[in-house]
Amino acid sequence: MNNPNKGLTPTKPPLWNDPTVRAVVFQVITLLAVIAFGWYLFENTRHNLESRGIASGFGFLDSTAGFGIVQSLIPYGASDTYGYVFWVGLLNTLLVTVLGIALATAIGFTLGIARLSKNWLISRLAMIYVETFRNIPLLLQIFFWYFAVLRNMPAPRDSMSLGDSVFLNIRGLYVPRPIFGEHFSWVVVALGVAIVAALLVRRWAQRRQEATGQPFHTLWAMLGLIVGLPLIVYFLSGQPLSWEVPHLAGFNFRGGWVVIPELAALLTALSIYTAAFIAETVRAGILAVSHGQTEAAGALGLRPGLTLRLIIIPQAMRVIIPPLTSQYLNLAKNSTLAAAIGYPDLVSTFAGTVLNQTGQAIETIAITMSVYLALSLAISTLMNWYNKRMALVER
Amino acid sequence: MSQSTHVPHPDLPPPSASTGVIGWLRANLFSSPLNSALTLLGLYLIWLLLPPALNWLLFKADWSGSDRSACHGEGACWVFIKVRLDQFLYGFFPAEERWRIQLSWLLAVVGAAPLFMKRNPLRMPSALFMLFAYPLIAYGLYTGPLFGLPLVETSQWGGLMLTLTIAVVGIAGSLPGGILLALGRRSKMPIIRSVCVVIIEFWRGVPLITVLFMSSVMLPLFLPEGMNFDKLLRALIGVVLFESAYIAEVVRGGLQAIPKGQYEAADALGLNYPKAMGLIILPQALKLVIPGIVNTMIALFKDTSLVIIIGLYDLLNSIQAAAVDPNWLGFATEGYVFAALMYWVFCFSMSRYSQALERRLHTGHKR
Amino acid sequence: MSKLQHCALSAAILLAVAGTAHAGATLDAIKQKGFVQCGVSDGLPGFSYTDDKGNVIGIDADFCRAVAAAVFGDATKVKFTPLTAKERFTALQSGEIDVLSRNSTWTSSRDSALGLNFTGVTYYDGQGFLVNKKLGVKSAKELDGAAVCIQAGTTTELNLADYFRTHNMKFTPITYDKSDESAKSLEAGRCDVLTSDQSQLYAQRIKLAAPDDYIVLPEVISKEPLGPVVRHGDDEWFDIVKWTLFAQVNAEELGVTSKNVEQMVKTSTNPDVKRLLGVEGDKGKDLGLPNDWVVKIVKQVGNYGEMFDRNVGEGSPLKIARGLNALWNQGGLQYAPPIR
Repeated sequence: MNNPNKGLTPTKPPLWNDPTVRAVVFQVITLLAVIAFGWYLFENTRHNLESRGIASGFGFLDSTAGFGIVQSLIPYGASDTYGYVFWVGLLNTLLVTVLGIALATAIGFTLGIARLSKNWLISRLAMIYVETFRNIPLLLQIFFWYFAVLRNMPAPRDSMSLGDSVFLNIRGLYVPRPIFGEHFSWVVVALGVAIVAALLVRRWAQRRQEATGQPFHTLWAMLGLIVGLPLIVYFLSGQPLSWEVPHLAGFNFRGGWVVIPELAALLTALSIYTAAFIAETVRAGILAVSHGQTEAAGALGLRPGLTLRLIIIPQAMRVIIPPLTSQYLNLAKNSTLAAAIGYPDLVSTFAGTVLNQTGQAIETIAITMSVYLALSLAISTLMNWYNKRMALVER
Repeated sequence: MSQSTHVPHPDLPPPSASTGVIGWLRANLFSSPLNSALTLLGLYLIWLLLPPALNWLLFKADWSGSDRSACHGEGACWVFIKVRLDQFLYGFFPAEERWRIQLSWLLAVVGAAPLFMKRNPLRMPSALFMLFAYPLIAYGLYTGPLFGLPLVETSQWGGLMLTLTIAVVGIAGSLPGGILLALGRRSKMPIIRSVCVVIIEFWRGVPLITVLFMSSVMLPLFLPEGMNFDKLLRALIGVVLFESAYIAEVVRGGLQAIPKGQYEAADALGLNYPKAMGLIILPQALKLVIPGIVNTMIALFKDTSLVIIIGLYDLLNSIQAAAVDPNWLGFATEGYVFAALMYWVFCFSMSRYSQALERRLHTGHKR
Repeated sequence: MSKLQHCALSAAILLAVAGTAHAGATLDAIKQKGFVQCGVSDGLPGFSYTDDKGNVIGIDADFCRAVAAAVFGDATKVKFTPLTAKERFTALQSGEIDVLSRNSTWTSSRDSALGLNFTGVTYYDGQGFLVNKKLGVKSAKELDGAAVCIQAGTTTELNLADYFRTHNMKFTPITYDKSDESAKSLEAGRCDVLTSDQSQLYAQRIKLAAPDDYIVLPEVISKEPLGPVVRHGDDEWFDIVKWTLFAQVNAEELGVTSKNVEQMVKTSTNPDVKRLLGVEGDKGKDLGLPNDWVVKIVKQVGNYGEMFDRNVGEGSPLKIARGLNALWNQGGLQYAPPIR
C-alpha cells in the first residue's frame, strides 16, 4: 500500500503518508461505501416492490387477522388485528423465555455444583449429562421431546388424572384454574403487608444479633407472617377463591388452565439444553474462586454447605453472572425454534403466519428482528452496568 | 560382641478400609451420610434408566431385514436407519454420483491428517492444500461441470453432506469477515469502529432463524431484478454474515490479550498497519483464539439444523422427512437417536480437540 | 451457463450485475438459460411430490412440464424448486422461479397486493375436514370445541376461523409449517380433525398408516380455485402460461390425446383441431412459440384429462372423482376459451 518511511529526517511526511489525513480519508471512504451500499439496497427494494406491485407500509397492522392462535395470554379472537397478534406472539415468547430461564438456572446450578462434588458417581453423572446435552442440536432435542416423547401420551378420553382435577393427555396438562372472588384483593393486600412486615422483622433480628449476639428464628417468623397473615384474611373475607376444574366436554377438556404440549416440549428442551451450558459456567465460576478461600472457611469452622453458600457462591457469582446473562440471551433467541413445532411465539405467529397472510416480508421481519435486537441491547447494557458496579467493589 | 543393628519393623499396611476398592469406595462414594444417600440415589437413577435404554437400543433391537415387517416393536428398529442411510448421508444426490461425495470426504481426511499429527514436514503443504485447493476440488466434485461431470443441482444436496457443507463453508467464509470486523472494532478511527460495532451487535442480537428467514425471503427483494441466488447460497450468505459477528468477538478477545508491547514493538520497527497486524499481532492473536473458533464451529455445526425452517434437507430434515414415510411410520425415535449420535460424535470430538489444543497452546504463556 | 455457475458468478460480482428482466423478457431469459424454473410443493402426493428417486411427480409438476413443452418442445426442460407455503410467493416475486404451480388458491389480495397474476385454474377445490371414524362425527357442524390441525399461512387458516365463527362454535387451532406434520399430528391424536383443501385431504389420507380409519366430512366450506401463478408485469409470459392450460383443456374437449395427437395432425378435418394443433393458422407464433406447441404439450404431457387421471384421478392412488373439474359440457367447470 505504501513504503515504510525510509528517511529519518523529521521532514513533514507527504500528505498521503500523514496518519491523520489517512485516517480521515479511510473513514470518509468507509462512510461513503456504507451509505452507497445502503442506498443501493434501498433503491433495489423500492424498485422491486414498485415494479412488482407489492404492497408496503405498516398499514397492515390495523387489518383483521382472521386466524386463530392456540395459546394466548391476553384475550384473542380471529377478529383482532395483526398488530394485536404481535403482542400475543411477544407475550408467548416472553412466557417461554421466563419459565425457561427459571428452570434452566435451577437445573444448571444443581448440576454445576454436582459436577464438582467429591462423590465420584454424582460428578460423573453430572458430566455425562453436560456432555450429552450440550453436544446435540437444540432443534433435535425439541423434536425428540415433541414427536417422540409427548406424542405417546394418551388420548383425552383416556387421560391420566390426579384426584380428578389434574389431567394429562396428548392435548396437554390440564390444571384447575383459580377464580378470584370480589374480596380476594384483601388477601393480596394482606400478602403485601406480610412481606413488608417480614422484611422489617428480619432487619430487627439482624440488628439485635449484631448488638447482643442473640439469634432469632428469622426464617420461621418470616414464613409464619407471609403464609399466616394472608390465610387469616382469606378465611375472614369468606374464602373468596374457587377453582375451575377442567372437565371432559365433547372432544376436549374444557375449563382450567392448560399447558399445551408444544410449550411443554419447547420448555423442556430449552431448559435441559441451556442447563448444560449453565452448569459449565457455574463450574468454571466456582473453580475460579481460589482454594485458599475454602481452606480459610474450613479453618473458621464453617461446614461445607455453609462454605458453599456464604463463601464460594458469592465470590463465584462475580465470574458467573456475565456468561450466565449471555446464556439467558441465547435461551431467548433459541426460543424462536418454537416455529418448528408450532408453538405460537413471536417468530411463528408474526414472522410466520402474518408474513404469509399479508405478504409483507420486509415489514414483519424487520419488526421481529428489532424486538430481539432491543432485548439483546437492553440486556447487554444492563450487563455493562453490572460489570462496572462489580469492578468498583474490587480493590 | 555383637552389635545389634536396629531393624525397624516394616510399615504396617494401611488399614484395609482405606485402600483398594473398599478404600476408594469409602473415599469417593460413602464419605458422609449425605454422600451415601446421593450415591444410592445415583445408583437408583442408573438402574431406572440404563437397563430399559440398553434393551431398547441393543438387546431387543431389530438389526436385519429390509422392510417394516422385520421390526417387532419391542426394541429399536435399526432396519429403518439401514434402509434410509444413503438418504441420511447424501440426500437426493443421484446414487451413481455419490462416489463424488465419498471422494471429497476421503480427500478431506487424508489431506488434513498431517495437521493433527505432531510436527512433520507435511504440515505446511497439507495446510495450503486444505486452505486453497480443497474448497475448489470439493466445489467441483459437488456441482460437477468444473470437472466435466454431470451437474448436480443444489436442491439435490442433502443429509449429512449438506450439514457438513454448510458448517464448513459457514466457518471458512466467516473467518476473513470476522477478522476484519474485529480489527475494525479495535480501530482508533471512530467511524470505522462504530460501523463495525453496529454490524457485530446487530448480527449477534438477532436469532439465527430470523436471519435465515431474511436471507430466504427478503434477500431477493434487496437485489436487482434478474439477479438470483439459489436457496442454498442464500442460506450460506445468511450463515456467514451471522457467524462473522461471533468470530469477530472471539478474535477481538485474542487481540485484547496481546500485550501492548507487541503493538509498540511493531510500530518501533516502522511497520505499517497491514504489516504490523499481518506479521506481528494476528499470528499471535489467532493462535490464542483457535479454541474459541473451534467452539464457534461446534455451535455452528449444531445450528445448521435450523435450515430445516427454510426447507433445506440437511441431516435432521431428511430424518424428519423419512419419519413421515407411510411405510416407516412410528420410527421417528430411532431417527432422532441416530441423528443425535451423529451430531454428538462430531461435536464431542471437536470439543475434545479444542480442549486438548487449549492445553497445548497454553504452555507458551505459563510460567 | 449452469445455474450454479451463474450463482457463483453473481456472488463474486455482487454489485456489478445489472437487471435483465423487463416486461416481455421472461421468455427470453428462459430460452437463454434453457429451462423453466418451476416452484412446486414440498411434498403433496398427487400435486407435486418427490419420490425416493428424486423425481417430482404430480399434476402441478406436470403442468410445468407442459409449459416447458410449449416453450422448448421438450417437457424435460424444467427444473423444480420445492417451496413451503411461506416461501412460495416471495420466491416468485423475487424472480427465483418463473412460474409457481403449487396448489395455490386464487384470491383477490394475492392477485393484487402481492403483485401476482393467476393464470387459470388447474384444480377447483374446496376446503374440507378429515376426521377419525372413531370420533363418530358425521358433519362439520358437530365439531364444536375440536382441536383442528392446519397448515400455517394458508387461506384455509382464515376460512376455518370464519366457518367456526359463523356457526358460533369454538376450536383450538394447531398450526404447523408442513402438511406432513399436520397429518402426523392427526394420527397421533394431537388434534381431532385436519382441515385443508379436499384434494389435499385425500392426498394426506393415503399417507396415513390406516387410511380407512379416516373419513372426509361432506361439508365444503370454501371455494379454493388452485392455479399456476406468474409475476405481474410480463404479459407475454402470462399469456403463454395461461394458454398452455387452455390448450390442454381444449385438447381434451376436442378428443386430442397423447396417443392420437400425431394421427390427428395428419388426418383431422375438424377446423378447431387443425387450429389447435397448428396445422392451420399461426396461433403459436402469436404467442411467441412454435406453431406445433400444442402437439408437443399433448404428446409429451397429455391433455388436461390425462394429466388429471394420471396424478389425482382414477389412474392414481388418490382416486379423486372429476367432480367440479370435469369439462363444462360434462357437468363440471373446466371451460377454456377457444383457440382461434
